[in-house]
Amino acid sequence: MIQKYANPARFNRLAATLLPWFAWPAAILIFAGLYFALFNSPPDYQQGESVRIMYVHVPSAWMALFVYTCMAISCAVGLIWKHPLAHIAAQAAAPIGACFTFVCLMTGSLWGKPIWGTWWVWDARLTSVLILFFLYLGFLALQNAFDDPARGERSAAILALVGLINVPIIHYSVVWWNTLHQPASVIKMAGPAIHSSMLLPLFLMAIGFKLYFLTLLLLRMKALMMARRARGMSMAQLHHQAAE
Amino acid sequence: MTRKQRRMNFVMLGLATLGTAAALVLTALEDKIVFFYSPTDLVTKTTIPKNQQFRVGGLVKEGTWKKPENGLTHNFTVTDLRHDIAISYKGIIPDIFREGQGVVVLGKVQANGIFRADEVLAKHDEKYMPPEVAAALKKSGKWEGGKARAE
Repeated sequence: MIQKYANPARFNRLAATLLPWFAWPAAILIFAGLYFALFNSPPDYQQGESVRIMYVHVPSAWMALFVYTCMAISCAVGLIWKHPLAHIAAQAAAPIGACFTFVCLMTGSLWGKPIWGTWWVWDARLTSVLILFFLYLGFLALQNAFDDPARGERSAAILALVGLINVPIIHYSVVWWNTLHQPASVIKMAGPAIHSSMLLPLFLMAIGFKLYFLTLLLLRMKALMMARRARGMSMAQLHHQAAE
Repeated sequence: MTRKQRRMNFVMLGLATLGTAAALVLTALEDKIVFFYSPTDLVTKTTIPKNQQFRVGGLVKEGTWKKPENGLTHNFTVTDLRHDIAISYKGIIPDIFREGQGVVVLGKVQANGIFRADEVLAKHDEKYMPPEVAAALKKSGKWEGGKARAE
């Protein structure tokens, strides 16, 4: 079943069908989410208007972890089953995940200054997310560090799997250790500690971000496959010329 | 065993080994990873480097802090509801600093037993709600955050 979509033409057809179903809802949800987040949700009893940063920060943080997990699973599929699209998917996802992580770090810093009184501290949560950002960058660098793309893919896939250990550490860092960062508000046993009027924009943004990621992922996968084909064709041409 | 299975086992075994190694390292380094100590840690733990700067976190105890009339010197007590420590700080405090609020202070214990802070950070909790809801909760006595906890 999965092997069926290893065929580039078939993948392109599937991507073309799916793209509008991801792209339009993503745009609508993010605009609606931003409207509620910025204009139509209450200020917080303690943070005042700064709470609005949360509507970008928290979905970005979820995406940073989600994209990394997807990327690592994709790398494992590429290593174990040698599925031709798996490494392309990981390569396509990495820069998107890195951007989400960057947005998460930046918005967190902007929120930290007025609320905590500092832009940055080296507590377990902040440090482990910074490591996640470096893992994304390392993955991208390693992938391009070899002349043979297949070797780069394999090395980067192993790095991605090693870095997977960081994902549960990030999630539980606020539980296992004393941190300045607060514990989870939404994903917790006792139910969310966020008032429902604030959950609406948060969920709109979270779902919008997820669809936005899928849109970018499909577009980037298509582009990477075309780049590969172009490289293959120019190589073949070179061989042909050399033979003549 | 097919090659696929062998690769699968290799990846699984690798992840399990790495997970165990990470768990052992993180457990061993626990005291280094914590961002602050509680006032109870200061009494019970012997590993805290008291001759260096370190961080203490807890709630600002009710009735121990008043906004200074002039000047910037703040005196207050940080409590984890079991042990207290007196703090003296000269500088600007975060906006959400108040009695019952979680704070993390960086500094050193002086000879007189008072903790002289060089930095005061506010620790925000995981609760988000509109001001009206907070007011209603306080009125109905169902308030759990901040003040109620510190009493």
